[in-house]
Amino acid sequence: MTDFSRIDAVLAHHDRNGTRLVQILREVQEQLGWLSPATLSYIAEGVGWPRAQVSGTAAFYSFFHTRQRGKYCVLWSDNITDRMLGNTDLMDAMCKKLWLEPGRVSEDGLVSVNTTSCTGMCDQGPALLVNYRAVTGMTLQRVDEMAELIRTEVPIAEWPAEWFAVQDNVRRTEILLAGNFAPGSALRAAHERAEVDGLSSSNNRSFRESLPHGIAGPMAMLDEIQRSKLRGRGGAGFSTRFKWEACRNAPLRADQERIVVCNADEGEPGTFKDRVLLTSYADLVFEGMTVAAYAVGATRGFLYLRGEYRYLLEPLEAVLARRRAAGLLGKSILDIPGARFDIEIHLGAGAYVCGEESALIESLEGKPGRPRVRPPFPVTNGYLDQPTIVNNVETFASAALVALHGGDWFAAIGTKQSTGTKILSVSGDVARPGIYEYPYGVTVRQVLADCGATDTLAVQISGPSGMCLAEDEFDRRIAFEDVPTAGAFMVFNTSRDMFEVARNFSHFFAHESCGFCTPCRVGTTLVRNIMDKIANRHGSPYDINELFKLHRLMQGASHCGLGNTACNPVFDTLNKFRPAYETRLMSLDYEPAFDLDAALSEARQMTGRDDAGAHFAAHSPDEANA
Amino acid sequence: MNETNTFLLDGEEIPFTPGQTIIQAATAHGVYIPHLCWHPEFKAHGSCKICTVKVNGRFGSSCTMAAQAGMNVENRSTELDDKRRTLLQMYFVEGNHFCPSCEKSGNCSLQATAYELKMVSPHFDMFYPDRPVDASHPDILLDFNRCIMCSLCVTASREVDGKNVFSMGGRGLLGRRIHISSESGKLADTDFALTDRAASICPVGVILPKRKGFAVPIGERKYDKLPINLQVTEETQ
Amino acid sequence: MNAPAPAVKKLRVATTSLAGCFGCHMSFLDIDERIIPLLDLIEFDRSPLTDIKHCGPCDLGIIEGGLCNAENVHVLREFRKNCKFLVAMGACAINGGLPAQRNHLDLRDVLEEVYQTDVGLSHGGIPNDPELPLPLNEVHPIHEVVKIDYFLPGCPPPADAIWKLLTDLLAGRTPTLGHGLMHYD
Repeated sequence: MTDFSRIDAVLAHHDRNGTRLVQILREVQEQLGWLSPATLSYIAEGVGWPRAQVSGTAAFYSFFHTRQRGKYCVLWSDNITDRMLGNTDLMDAMCKKLWLEPGRVSEDGLVSVNTTSCTGMCDQGPALLVNYRAVTGMTLQRVDEMAELIRTEVPIAEWPAEWFAVQDNVRRTEILLAGNFAPGSALRAAHERAEVDGLSSSNNRSFRESLPHGIAGPMAMLDEIQRSKLRGRGGAGFSTRFKWEACRNAPLRADQERIVVCNADEGEPGTFKDRVLLTSYADLVFEGMTVAAYAVGATRGFLYLRGEYRYLLEPLEAVLARRRAAGLLGKSILDIPGARFDIEIHLGAGAYVCGEESALIESLEGKPGRPRVRPPFPVTNGYLDQPTIVNNVETFASAALVALHGGDWFAAIGTKQSTGTKILSVSGDVARPGIYEYPYGVTVRQVLADCGATDTLAVQISGPSGMCLAEDEFDRRIAFEDVPTAGAFMVFNTSRDMFEVARNFSHFFAHESCGFCTPCRVGTTLVRNIMDKIANRHGSPYDINELFKLHRLMQGASHCGLGNTACNPVFDTLNKFRPAYETRLMSLDYEPAFDLDAALSEARQMTGRDDAGAHFAAHSPDEANA
Repeated sequence: MNETNTFLLDGEEIPFTPGQTIIQAATAHGVYIPHLCWHPEFKAHGSCKICTVKVNGRFGSSCTMAAQAGMNVENRSTELDDKRRTLLQMYFVEGNHFCPSCEKSGNCSLQATAYELKMVSPHFDMFYPDRPVDASHPDILLDFNRCIMCSLCVTASREVDGKNVFSMGGRGLLGRRIHISSESGKLADTDFALTDRAASICPVGVILPKRKGFAVPIGERKYDKLPINLQVTEETQ
Repeated sequence: MNAPAPAVKKLRVATTSLAGCFGCHMSFLDIDERIIPLLDLIEFDRSPLTDIKHCGPCDLGIIEGGLCNAENVHVLREFRKNCKFLVAMGACAINGGLPAQRNHLDLRDVLEEVYQTDVGLSHGGIPNDPELPLPLNEVHPIHEVVKIDYFLPGCPPPADAIWKLLTDLLAGRTPTLGHGLMHYD
């Protein structure tokens, strides 16, 4: 098979539809290894899109290679939790074994080794991706063995299976992780409730009467969601019922349909609960999506799965196939009138910003994941301009239980403003990292006790864009009204350096900024550079003031949440762990960011000089007498 | 038509027609809101954030926010102009903006806006990025050292010229750049022409006609004569 | 007889040109006859105009040019140490200017090209006399190495802008440049 016939097969599989470009690029790359200029031209022609748009999209996603990559592409997860587990030394060792510089493809084109943003294996790191397959629990021994397998060009399919094993590590369960969910039960309950309860619970009669046949169930479902007071689990906590109702009420033009999107682009460093939900509770999630589709009148669904979880694609496809066979997806779900819905899985390709719902929709449409200008919001103008709800994996799982047990049952769990449970992804300095489900309202201190954390200095909640809590705040509660979270719970004990934590996060944001708006594109890099300057012992109070200034600017002027929150970890640690910064400051005066003496290195090398004049004295030389 | 269709901009009453954005209404009324990526002929892009204003105490982009009756908009306050100056300094360090050797100098929106915001230095450490120059086209030079990623050329080529010569692609500070619709990536291998709207839309010195440089003497150029805030109505050149 | 008016303490000013072309200093001289009343108000310390080699304690230091070699850095530090406030004068001091165009090239390649492979120049190898300052790997604007208090853009700044800055400073005003005086070219 020639390259072009392979591309043709992929294009045909996607009906030569440009809105499927991200999937086309991924599948072509999986076959050809990389996306050459000729490949991109061929794809552009195939889908009938301008070539610049195709190459611009390919260049946006970290996992797409527009230059030839090594036969083996090793990417070390570089979250702070991987760092704490020693990934830096392990990666160095791997590079030495393979005679490599990080980021460079070896001269024989065999292998490249680099870092990537958190791969969602914080409870079993250090983790890496090899040709985009997840590997956990790296050790020095595994580094040695892996380097040997690479050198001898053993296909990855023949590598030890246990390297690719991913554990669920479920440590504490409540309603979601109880594991006794029967596929179809929530949908049946939703449908039956409408027939049993009739429409009596509604106070919105005239609105209901305008809806088409088969609406009793959907409206009853929306009523249950309202009673449950369910709020979005992605962190922002928007009312699920408002979102669903807005989508249900949005007018449809001819040839349009309503769309349900499950946001499984779990990119926030330190978060891995969606991975577990999709590994062992996929029916609950898909059923929640189907319940949502039923409630809002949607007929098409997407699961947007982050590229790091590529290994889940086939198992999830199998679950979908089983649900179709069982009549839980497809043209007539459980023979409920109007219940027509199916789900397809789209894979991301290494872009944190796609977790933002409008960026995710752009990506679903085959474009770079750039957050849209809002309004209009996705509920009215979402996927291909159609009414669309985007909810978190955990939100759909919760919605399935609301359908099954009713809104009142759900609302009785948790706190008044934060009903139900929250799944926390616990990692860092704890005895038992993993997945913990709690009713909302649990204190940080309780979680720390349960996971076996001792001598805790700080907890980073909801990832880098969330909050950093110090010891005097550990009695605060996980709840929308106190400490909201998307699920990450990274623990740092007193041996840790919170400056290095914040610096790691500043590198993350600089890498993940989409580059659309000026404050975030340039600001995240300026913040990263200042953090590096302080780390390299060139900092002064001037730099601390600069960080505060950039925080104020980016928070107010950025286009989306990424830029707005990118300085949070720096701001929090500057306020709560100031000495970690101050001990690194070089002087009270302004200091250059670079080493002046090192700035003469090339000239010294070229001239062979090493006299006093070929060097700068250390700091504060007496220039007047020089 | 409706006398209640006004809002306050720095205390001045600005009339608007429903559907207009804040900057459209202000411009129609002759009031300057600093901006770079917005152009009256095209739909707002919303990326430069120079036009950030405070609406009822909250920050927002005046190019994308719809004008609403009774809103109180802050524009040229010290706080906002300070932020705008910092954003301009970000542009000046992320690209290579060497005005003395640029043919656009004196006619450049970035430069004129920086004058208006009293930017005297880039403030931050310079990035000195390596960005390409594309001299392949017989009539047009592309110098991406000066690109501010406003996407006006992308929009003009798509919407006016119907050509899609450009696309904004890639990610982040190092990746984001204009992609050109040819396999070689060269402008010469596209159907771009000097007469395209996109050839004259660039607010800075990226897209320049060849064999025509420094044609207007210093002192006579667009922003030599009048500062940018006094040329609000002349924007639709 | 009236007692002589108490002598006004003159502002002591030092100037230098680092990696620049002296164009800014030439523009300074373009204030023409205004230099005479100016000399009633300021006195020069180290400057190309006085040929004083090192500066002592000064009120104001005016720096033209960026940093391209070790000598530039030494002089800049001497100025920072001795001057109460520093002015970056002109494009090169502010953003590196023309000399910074070499930042896109590897310094080693530049030295090789100039002193070893290029035809027509002496093939005496790369100069390594200890008397010569070594070039920096990259050219830097001066605010990257010391704190700068005021900036006067232009290539060069117009004489009227230099005059405006000096008279503002002498009068104790924060310098401002209106339309026509603010130029990057």
